Amino acid sequence: MAREDSIAERVDRLELPFNEFGVDPYGISKKHLTLAASVLAAFYRHYFRVKCFGIEHVPPRGRAMIVGNHSGGYAVDGAMLVTSLLLEMEPPRLGQGMAEKFINRFPVASLWTSRTGQFTGLPEHARRLLEDDRLLMVFPEGARGTAKLYRERYSLVDFGTGFIRLALQTRTPIVPVGILGGGTAVPTIANLYRLGRLLGVPYIPITPYLLPLPLPAPVELHYGEPLTFSGTGDEDDEVISGYVEQVKARIAGIIEQGRARRSGRQGS
Amino acid sequence: MKVLILGIAGGIARKLATRLLDAGHEVLGLDVRPWSSAPQGIEFHRVDVRKRAAEDVFRRRRPDAVVHMATVTALSMRSGERGRINLDGTKAVVDHCRDYGVKQLLFVGRHTFYGAAPDSPLYHTEDEPPRALEKVPELADLVAADLYAATALWRLPKLTTAVLRVVYTLGAPGTGTLASFLRGRRVPMVLGYDPLFHVMQEEDVVTALQLALEKRPRGIFNVAGPPPMPFSVIIRETGRTPVPLPGPLLARLLGRFGFPRLSEGALAHIKYPIVVDNRPFREATGFQYAFDEGRILRTFRESASLPGAEL
Repeated sequence: MAREDSIAERVDRLELPFNEFGVDPYGISKKHLTLAASVLAAFYRHYFRVKCFGIEHVPPRGRAMIVGNHSGGYAVDGAMLVTSLLLEMEPPRLGQGMAEKFINRFPVASLWTSRTGQFTGLPEHARRLLEDDRLLMVFPEGARGTAKLYRERYSLVDFGTGFIRLALQTRTPIVPVGILGGGTAVPTIANLYRLGRLLGVPYIPITPYLLPLPLPAPVELHYGEPLTFSGTGDEDDEVISGYVEQVKARIAGIIEQGRARRSGRQGS
Repeated sequence: MKVLILGIAGGIARKLATRLLDAGHEVLGLDVRPWSSAPQGIEFHRVDVRKRAAEDVFRRRRPDAVVHMATVTALSMRSGERGRINLDGTKAVVDHCRDYGVKQLLFVGRHTFYGAAPDSPLYHTEDEPPRALEKVPELADLVAADLYAATALWRLPKLTTAVLRVVYTLGAPGTGTLASFLRGRRVPMVLGYDPLFHVMQEEDVVTALQLALEKRPRGIFNVAGPPPMPFSVIIRETGRTPVPLPGPLLARLLGRFGFPRLSEGALAHIKYPIVVDNRPFREATGFQYAFDEGRILRTFRESASLPGAEL
């Protein structure tokens, strides 16, 4: 019970312009945030037993872009990232993800993503949120990232480049984050793309036990030092790709360090 | 300034006429609907915008500014005639403005121009195209009227044209689309959806229109007051009961069992939000709203009595 209270309290301390009905100009609602965060916090603390490192690298105020890696069927990693920002930061912050387009087409999912600030991943949304000094979460691998199979879980697929141009245009620092465990939590052995299309989603992940329910695998989040690039966002593709590769290499490095640390710990 | 208001018998237009009169402007207006209680000092002509008699008003009275509010929505008119009023009417207005030396034209349009779509940005800016028109074909003529009015910006460079896309209004007593939606004590919602509604108080709309007349901005502008609110909050805070029903069931129930009669297309507007960015209008006119979210809803709740509320 005390924990529930503390989550409501943390939501209360979010520095967002809530009105008298507890709703901000984007429709983010304290009531919905508290409920969602209570469920996610239980997963965070007891199911995935998340270990969070380097949270001090996330700026306490002002615009920032958290850029991380995806793995494991669907965005367990994203959900735990949002939860860590709310539970571990002082003051707590709301991470706002850029959701896949299909989510907003479904009832209930549409409502809950809208009320918790997880909007469709449109450039217009990203720009507006950053200009409003919000904290944006970006997974440049997109759905191709969550579609990684179990054996590919520590690899990175191609990063989109839009996030770098946006960061340059809005002068936003990039906080890299390496996430370990998503691919173990949802160990995908195959993705059913045709069935997915019939249901209006990109694919259906299949696990050895068929249903894509998450296993209680330990998840680790490693935030790295912010990267700031200077430029206008109008640079040639080669320049932008260079920056993207720097971010990607940084995240790959964090993942490697995290794995080494983990196996060292298990070995000792 | 001599202001001609087209569609002057409408709820907001009457308030605007009175406000302009009080501010010392000369006010005349026309409408096919009667306005028997028109205050002294407002010259009222009961004519159709599309008829010769309307042109005569332009010719004889030579207004400086014209406020075009004589457009209709699907709620009040069937398709064929509605299209003619909205499009032929707007063409007549633009032509008369050109021919009779009008200096300023305000086209009062609607924010539903942008359409409610699952994959469109939450905050719409003026440079966006209309979306999801196929879902709400009964909006097509209003969208076309808005785009047509905007052609005056390049066709008639001497005329200062402003196309205003105004959000839903609520007032005391309420008129308009949202007010008619909230008429009953039970208000249907689509289960699993709770879109944001952008709502503005009628008095604030009048203020915005008056500012647009006086500051003479040129271009296309979204007009909104306070930030949007979830539909469920609007329903509850106006003393109604939300009734969430699965979409397909709701489509069959509309117009029966005390549910409001709505077109099927209007269902899209209670699934996905239409919210606008009004920064350019605020910068051009200095507009600030007087009624915040809470005050809008309380005012509506106090003034709009519920059927059978005593029971």
